[in-house]
Amino acid sequence: MKPKVAIFEFGCCEGCQLQLVNLEERILDLLELVDVVPWREARSEYQEGPYDVTFVEGSITREEEKERLKKIREESKVLVALGACAHLGGVNCNKNVFDQNEVRRYVYGEMAEWFPSIPAMPLSAVVNVDYALPGCPIDKEEFLELVKSILLGKKFRLPNYPVCVECKKAQNLCVFDKGLFCLGPVTRAGCGARCPSFGARCIGCRGLVDDPNLEAHKEVMQERGLVLDDVLKKYRLFWGYLEVVR
Amino acid sequence: MNVNINVHHVTRIEGHGNIIVKVENGQVKETRWEVPEAPRFFEAMVRGHYYTDVPYLASRICGICSIAHTFTSLQAIENALGIELSEEALNLRKLLLHAETIQSHILHVGYLALPDFLGVPSVVPLASTHKEQLLTVVKLHKLGNEMCDAIGGRTTHPVNTVVGGWTSVPDSSVLKAFQQRLREAVEDVKALAKLFQSLDIPDFKRETEYIALYKDDEYAFYGGEIASSDEARRTPIKDYQKKIEEFIVPYSTAKRARSLRNSYMVGALARFNISYEKLSPFALEIADQFGLKPICYNTFMNNVAQLVEVAHAVEDSIRLIDLLLQKPPKASWYDGKPRAGRGVGAVEAPRGLLIHDYTIDEKGYVVEANMVVPTNENHQNIEEDLKAYLPQLLDKPKEEITLRLEMLVRAYDPCVSCSTHLLEIEWK
Repeated sequence: MKPKVAIFEFGCCEGCQLQLVNLEERILDLLELVDVVPWREARSEYQEGPYDVTFVEGSITREEEKERLKKIREESKVLVALGACAHLGGVNCNKNVFDQNEVRRYVYGEMAEWFPSIPAMPLSAVVNVDYALPGCPIDKEEFLELVKSILLGKKFRLPNYPVCVECKKAQNLCVFDKGLFCLGPVTRAGCGARCPSFGARCIGCRGLVDDPNLEAHKEVMQERGLVLDDVLKKYRLFWGYLEVVR
Repeated sequence: MNVNINVHHVTRIEGHGNIIVKVENGQVKETRWEVPEAPRFFEAMVRGHYYTDVPYLASRICGICSIAHTFTSLQAIENALGIELSEEALNLRKLLLHAETIQSHILHVGYLALPDFLGVPSVVPLASTHKEQLLTVVKLHKLGNEMCDAIGGRTTHPVNTVVGGWTSVPDSSVLKAFQQRLREAVEDVKALAKLFQSLDIPDFKRETEYIALYKDDEYAFYGGEIASSDEARRTPIKDYQKKIEEFIVPYSTAKRARSLRNSYMVGALARFNISYEKLSPFALEIADQFGLKPICYNTFMNNVAQLVEVAHAVEDSIRLIDLLLQKPPKASWYDGKPRAGRGVGAVEAPRGLLIHDYTIDEKGYVVEANMVVPTNENHQNIEEDLKAYLPQLLDKPKEEITLRLEMLVRAYDPCVSCSTHLLEIEWK
């Protein structure tokens, strides 16, 4: 029997699921190996759990979602957090610095009470997660690597060095030297230094590398003209749930 | 006859939505369109961020039209700071927006809507029954995606499009290669149009207001004025609140909008109805094949209008690449000081009129934000359409009614992650 794979989502832009659609004809090859149900974004068929592998994108932003996620966890042998929202809380955590009632009032006005919301959090704040695929959005090739590893029972490891390493290999001009503020020195590699390779700065979507030297990075950012509060705001783009920016 | 339908999480749409239908003794008691998706509060969360970081956040509102959100955000900031984009930088933005429109429309027409018309639950079975046609869909989708990737730096969430310009630009060899593939794509679009001509597109008409951007000199996707099918008056983008009223209903987390009537529609059909004369010759040819003329009040024809727009985007991209080869853009962006001000940006996202409105303080931080997103604008029109369509279906079996209502919703190509998220039918 083919392994049963499920895809679920919480609060997010669904761009990570879209990367799976973007596998185009290779998705059909993948479907030879696994049975992907349910997948609401692309298919109408539905099958109840348990599932062998479950991919979940998005972060938890409502109290009742915690129960839904716990149920998904119970029904899943392997649970994978798909993308920055599920992995880190991602951009959704930018609302966490505000009073949550004020946030609701700002968007929904007098009707705020109809729309309950809690500070956004990653899946790992609620359940145990077996793998996290980083990035905003995920890299589809890295996704295929992870799927292969799970199916073959191989170990899957993310690179544990910063984006700078890949950026140097790509022979890019250092982003700091262009007057931009880069998070590459402390962000986990694996993207091939995509943003600097397109002339832009790293904004940290893949999360922190293990043991990042944040104090040194903060110093560099401040030497180049930012005040600490501005540095933390840049950290907050994707790392709002982490201790380092609170 | 009593029918209660609760379609929870309508599938094959980007997000969550529910259709609630209640029929007692052949009388429709309730027809409701709910969006239960978790709201993400983007308007609140961008506050306090420096203006250069806001477009990166705004992009994350929607994974399917991240380029449209990025450009709308950049435009709002550029308007607030009084920055004028160079002609060639603007042409490159228009090209990248076309690439996203191709990607998004083909995703909807080919992957999400086509299975309905062919009577299958997803695109997967088509691999054996309609292999050739499916490969055409894949080829066009890939072309759009690979253009997004090469020009914007990533298929989803572009990296090099920044305030005042670009941090990198594609080589002329890259542009030439895409131009060649776009020329070849003309035949693929024709083949896809032929397939759709053989399909039974439901005949359903309900008069409504259509709203889209309008420009005198081109089929408007990037900027322009707000135009309506109900009036000759056009509204400058910065005065959008004089044209559009946003409101909220308790059973749905997504905002709704109205203007001259109880509801209005945005998206491909709205643009088609408003800017028909500005379409490229190839797009007009495709429209002709379907006998599609403005004003068309059949929501299901939105699928066809999307195909027509793919034809336009393909042909206009070929033209834009010619311009870019003659006058190549440079990697340059705004490096000056911020200033206090308010700016509104507007772009036609694949799903319709998209507006971002920011107020920036003298230090460059965004302090106020409002965003009007296409699927929200359509929610009320979806509900009105469901109300009008359901009575015409009551003699059909429940399964068929459900499918037809789902197809009607899917025709909007609703993207509820923008509006927050979307589709469940709940037969109650």
